Amino acid sequence: MSIRELIVSKIKDGTVIDHIPAGKAFEVLKVLGLTGKEGIRIAVVVNVESSKLGRKDIVKIENRFLSKEETDIVALIAPTATINIVRNFEVVEKRKVSIPKYISKLIKCPNKTCITRHEGIETTFETLDSSLRVRCIYCGIELSYSEFIDLILKELSKS
Amino acid sequence: MNSSIASRFKGRDVISVLDFSKEDIEYLFKLTDHYLSNGYKEVLRGKVMAVAFFEPSTRTRLSFEAAMSRLGGSVIGFSSEEGTSVAKGEKFIDTIRMLDSYADVIVVRHRYEGSAKLAAEVAEHPVINAGDGRNEHPTQALLDLYTIYRLRGDVSSLVIGLIGDLKYARVVNSFLYILTIFKPKKVYLISHPLLRLREDVRRFVESRNVKVEEVFDINEVLSELDVLYVTRIQKERFPDPLEYEKVKNAYRVTAEITKRCKDDLIILHPLPRVDELDRSLDNTKHAVYFKQASFGVPLRAALLTLILGGVEGVYT
Ligand SMILES: [Zn+2]
Repeated sequence: MSIRELIVSKIKDGTVIDHIPAGKAFEVLKVLGLTGKEGIRIAVVVNVESSKLGRKDIVKIENRFLSKEETDIVALIAPTATINIVRNFEVVEKRKVSIPKYISKLIKCPNKTCITRHEGIETTFETLDSSLRVRCIYCGIELSYSEFIDLILKELSKS
Repeated sequence: MNSSIASRFKGRDVISVLDFSKEDIEYLFKLTDHYLSNGYKEVLRGKVMAVAFFEPSTRTRLSFEAAMSRLGGSVIGFSSEEGTSVAKGEKFIDTIRMLDSYADVIVVRHRYEGSAKLAAEVAEHPVINAGDGRNEHPTQALLDLYTIYRLRGDVSSLVIGLIGDLKYARVVNSFLYILTIFKPKKVYLISHPLLRLREDVRRFVESRNVKVEEVFDINEVLSELDVLYVTRIQKERFPDPLEYEKVKNAYRVTAEITKRCKDDLIILHPLPRVDELDRSLDNTKHAVYFKQASFGVPLRAALLTLILGGVEGVYT
């Protein structure tokens, strides 16, 4: 039994996020909006050996079955991540994360003269895969993935 | 009349020039040509256009209003926030909802980026963007390109220079976007280092295979230009007034350039101008900016005709 199987088999029901680049597990949790205050058990394993990545992180979330929409945002931080949905100790679904075309509700537009800031509405960012950037669909302002993630993490740590 | 293109126009919003294909734009230009040579017909009788100008702009608003009147339609709305329910704190989207219930088309100008897109999401009727913050001004770009198309024909063989404030002027964004649809031979961006084109706009233009090059001195490229597009440089963009004075003079276009430019160079400007375009140019054959402004009504009339489904009436 490999290390990975051992770790996965330890939760009965829930979601295992594997193949996270080493050191990114906490950002992954943040971007998923998981703070530890939800009352569910979460295991974070960092810097374990990985044949694919050298070192990797793993996050295990008990009794939560994250949907594709919920986990795709992880792709911005951990494009190599794989999602395992576990039911009764068995992996019932295995999927890769893929960057969503549109991302809503996470942050306000950073452009102070964007109409969404003044009408108090949520904006949506469109991902421009060719340039690793996102663009506000209203005002057109562009951000690199890393600027975008920084803003998301900042916003989430406020709440 | 091409009914499949006509049906694509009917009821559509005009938020960005990038919403259009080359075929759509050429079709719009044909109708503009038609209005210029045959005059207007009252094909929009009974239709109402609302102008929602949260930020004043005399030229753009009046040309929309004149266009609608020429077509037999009527106009409601406001030309600044003053004295309206907006000044009393009404939300933008509520104002749009109100106008949507009164009119068949809404023309919006607003100081914040994305306002026209938001209005289009809220309104049932088509929305035309008449300028949203620093973002876009699609009908101005259509007008600019129409001027070039009408006076010079095929855009793909032309070398086009843009000079002035390339960073803050929204007309620059829309004009460059429309050029990515028509693909000129080359575009020169002529500006002071402080007023260079936004990185994201440049990246976008290049990604659509338009050759662009930045230069800081017009004299380096003047002899190559077929079209020179001049934009306003605004004093308030400069932290230091002395800096502005220097830049202003370096990027001022005067009759002096006509000694060294191509014989058939045309000079465009969205107007109104301040100092960047010297009056000494006005009587030269190169100055086409008054003509350009005069195309504003027929072009907007053509756009309104197509959006409000009046085109069958024009050609019958
Ligand atoms: Zn925005």
